[in-house]
Amino acid sequence: MIQVDNLHKAFGEIRAVDGVSFTARDGEITGLLGPNGAGKTTTLRMLYTLMRPDAGRVLVDGIDAGADPLAVRKRLGVLPDARGLYKHLTARENIDYFAKLQGVSAVEGARRRETLVKVLEMGDFADRRAEGFSQGQRVKTAIARALIHDPKNVLLDEPTNGLDVMATRRMRQFMRDLRAEGRCVLFSSHIMQEVAQLCDRIVVIAKGRVVADESPDALREHTGESNLEDAFMKIIGSGEGLAA
Amino acid sequence: MNTSLIVFLKEVRENLRDKRTLINALLTGPLIGPLMFVMIVNVVISRQLNQAEAPLRLPVIGASNAPHLVEALRQQGFDPQPPVADPITAVRNRDVAAVLRIPAGFGESWSNGDPAQVEVYYDSSRRDTQQPVSRLKAMLESYSRLNGALRLVARGLSPALANPVLVDERDQSTPRSRAGALFSILPYFFVLTVFIGGMYLAIDLTAGERERHSLEPLFINPVARWRILLGKIGAICVFSLSSLLICAIAFTVAGRFIPTEKLGMDLGLGPAFALSVLVLMLPLVLLIAALQTLVAAFSKSYREAQTYLGLLMLVPVLPSVLLSVMPVRTAAWMYAVPLLGQQVGITELLIGGSVTAAQVGMCLFCGFAVAALMLAVTARVYGSERLAISV
Repeated sequence: MIQVDNLHKAFGEIRAVDGVSFTARDGEITGLLGPNGAGKTTTLRMLYTLMRPDAGRVLVDGIDAGADPLAVRKRLGVLPDARGLYKHLTARENIDYFAKLQGVSAVEGARRRETLVKVLEMGDFADRRAEGFSQGQRVKTAIARALIHDPKNVLLDEPTNGLDVMATRRMRQFMRDLRAEGRCVLFSSHIMQEVAQLCDRIVVIAKGRVVADESPDALREHTGESNLEDAFMKIIGSGEGLAA
Repeated sequence: MNTSLIVFLKEVRENLRDKRTLINALLTGPLIGPLMFVMIVNVVISRQLNQAEAPLRLPVIGASNAPHLVEALRQQGFDPQPPVADPITAVRNRDVAAVLRIPAGFGESWSNGDPAQVEVYYDSSRRDTQQPVSRLKAMLESYSRLNGALRLVARGLSPALANPVLVDERDQSTPRSRAGALFSILPYFFVLTVFIGGMYLAIDLTAGERERHSLEPLFINPVARWRILLGKIGAICVFSLSSLLICAIAFTVAGRFIPTEKLGMDLGLGPAFALSVLVLMLPLVLLIAALQTLVAAFSKSYREAQTYLGLLMLVPVLPSVLLSVMPVRTAAWMYAVPLLGQQVGITELLIGGSVTAAQVGMCLFCGFAVAALMLAVTARVYGSERLAISV
């Protein structure tokens, strides 16, 4: 479970995140929706302790991220916006490196790695060097290394970005599987349809603030729009930066 | 397993697969110094030998005015040439090193026992003619002294009368120390090697990782950043140390191809010298790795880091240049200054002087202290929020 309480972060004059609060529960998929530049990535970066909030608090399974960032990172599996791989290492070696850094034992790491290779259908490129991987192969490898330590909480920053239709469908199914395993899944997106399809709960962010935090049905009811797209438009004020 | 060790092993393994890093660390870095060195030294030595041994071509104006002098020149290894029209232009245009003019009145003055004048045209600002000109002047002087002595003897006087002071030169230089003066640039090549050997790795492991968007995922692992930094620095050190090792061996081999004995010099480039260099350079390996990582962390991109480090490479040449332009006595405090300490220490070893254990200890202690400080600064920068963010 991830609890976010009144986060603030400014870069000079720009208030990137300006009082964001929400809760992502176990066994649910929580979507962070907002136009480009709304503050989604910055919010996530504070969750996985890459950045320190100017004010506010993050609790992961009850642990304060500000007080014990290492313990929090152990409980998180993160697919960040940056998904660079080590191009001279194979996909398996890339995954193993992170397994060791997470402190996973060699036996457990190998077992878990092979499970992920199978689930993510990486078999045909797992022993190839990452140089020249397609976007889809890169994302799969990045997800596998992020989940190698079997984390209870999963953060995905725009996971379907750059994927083709087939890969996107598989990614969405993968996220549903994670939910079925009882994990807390939090992902960001600027694609309305995706959020509407997947999420148990939608947190809409615009200009660094939370403008809605509801289930998709409640969101429709609240705005009086039967169409989710229209509902988003109404909340955010404009459709700029969002994709259907 | 210790996380720094995990990072270290991964970086070494990955970079062993990178051709460019390998070529830089194991080929270009270590061998460019010895190669340049052997080439430069061979050119210098062969030029000096040529000038010393080959007959020196010397245009003589008015040779018929003093046939005995011209004959003496010929016997002393000069090759008298037909006169040139304008000696001043000939010297200025670098056509000849020097021109000798014997005026018409030479014979008459010589017969009368008066000082007979000759003129030597040369340009002292030309370094390449210094040796032939001084050879000519020395020859004329000894010719003059010899004939003066003969005249005294002819008048029944002792030639010793004309030499109230006798100078006996006792040069204390050894073949090795004469070589050291010529080769004061050598320590710079060792520093350069360490610099080049680790440079690509240092750029790649920080600025490169950030540019390829792999630094942020790395930092999300539950590992303190200074541990990651230590692993990376360790990997850089291994590569630059390999560079240094190959370079030291290459110099030991190169020493055999430098014909120093022809100049009456002796270079102390043996295995003992190579080993001492390795020990003296150890602190610099760590210091340079930390410095390069610091610069790479500050740079916004791979290219920017490359530019900065290229400029930084010129800094270690300063002690070498300063010491060769203004030779100063080696003082104890110099061993306490990183770079300078290595410079004077290696030069001292090269010329066969002694470096005491205390001096080596001082050099190592201060070097490692500064390296630790640099490491602490780098760790601080590594901990900053902005480092991981690739824009």
